[in-house]
Amino acid sequence: MSDRRSERPPGFERRGERGPVLRKGVGVPTSGWFDPRGKALGGFAFSANRVTGLGLVFYLYLHLGVLTLLLRGEGAWSDFLRLATSWTFLSLDVLLVLGILYHGLNGIRVALVGSGIVADRQRALWWSLGVFGTIVLVVAALHIFGSK
Amino acid sequence: MSAMGTRRFRVYRYKRGDPGWRFDLFVVPVRSGTTVLEALRWIQRHLDGTLALRHSCLHASCGTCGVQVNGREALGCVTPVDDLGATITVEPLANIPVLTDLVVDMREFVDRLPDEVATARRSEYVVDAEPPKGIDAYERFEDCIECGLCLSACPVSATSDGYVGPAALAAAQRLLEEPRGVDPEQILEWADDPLGAWRCHAAFECTAACPSNVRPAERIMALRGTLGRRAG
Repeated sequence: MSDRRSERPPGFERRGERGPVLRKGVGVPTSGWFDPRGKALGGFAFSANRVTGLGLVFYLYLHLGVLTLLLRGEGAWSDFLRLATSWTFLSLDVLLVLGILYHGLNGIRVALVGSGIVADRQRALWWSLGVFGTIVLVVAALHIFGSK
Repeated sequence: MSAMGTRRFRVYRYKRGDPGWRFDLFVVPVRSGTTVLEALRWIQRHLDGTLALRHSCLHASCGTCGVQVNGREALGCVTPVDDLGATITVEPLANIPVLTDLVVDMREFVDRLPDEVATARRSEYVVDAEPPKGIDAYERFEDCIECGLCLSACPVSATSDGYVGPAALAAAQRLLEEPRGVDPEQILEWADDPLGAWRCHAAFECTAACPSNVRPAERIMALRGTLGRRAG
């Protein structure tokens, strides 16, 4: 009996090991940011902030790349302007304005909430800034497409 | 249980030493109001006795039965299966090491709490009341049931293991609200860290997941406000 007591159960040595950590999403942990299952408003706001942030960084480098066309002379720049005034490109401009508005307004929301000024009004802020942003976006879209 | 239908349960399985995890599928008889925990216990009793899960009180007080149900954090004991669809996926909490199957290792979660936080606090008990023999004093339990749902739901904890997480920061704010002998400056020093209050990105998923109305995100924001005023 005493021998049996001294025997350790199977897997005893591994009990102290740290087990696997389950992450949301697929593959890299950051993919969990975009797992829509059960997400609340704040979670969607967080995910959209990352998407628009990455989009704006991409746009910044694209913009700098486009500006280098100036080095190639007037012809290259004129060709680009023809492309830039196409319906497709103007639609992308509207998308850009959407990204800027979302990221900027959500930044204001996070700053106001995150600094403790309105710690418990994040949803109301999201909706009110969302209405404001939508109005600005519509005006901007009318202006952009009206310029064609 | 007298069944009124069945649901398919996809249950996360992992045993120490396994090369990886997998999902096992179980068909469970349910009636209206059957909870996820009841279904899991039915699986354990009737289909697979090796399924490991943790629970205690059965009424959302102990916080031990926290799992992800269809990707959302929930206490299994108070989550009815009624509106969860024909196939219900049950996984352990995210961002916390898995011990086995649906059981996670809460040591790291508890270790993150500031040292000054007691899991249960001395209460403003009735002065004349005499605690029963063998009990030193009455204690008042805090709202937080330390279930870990907030840590699982937090998108920042998903990518930053060093972040102390919502529960610990909410506990710190709670201490500021009611220090009871703890030096507030000590708590603020603890929270004023890149991996402390400043690491939160205000997704508010912790508040959405919390089953005990602790509202960790709002508490973290209030804590930040205090830190900001202190710095200014």
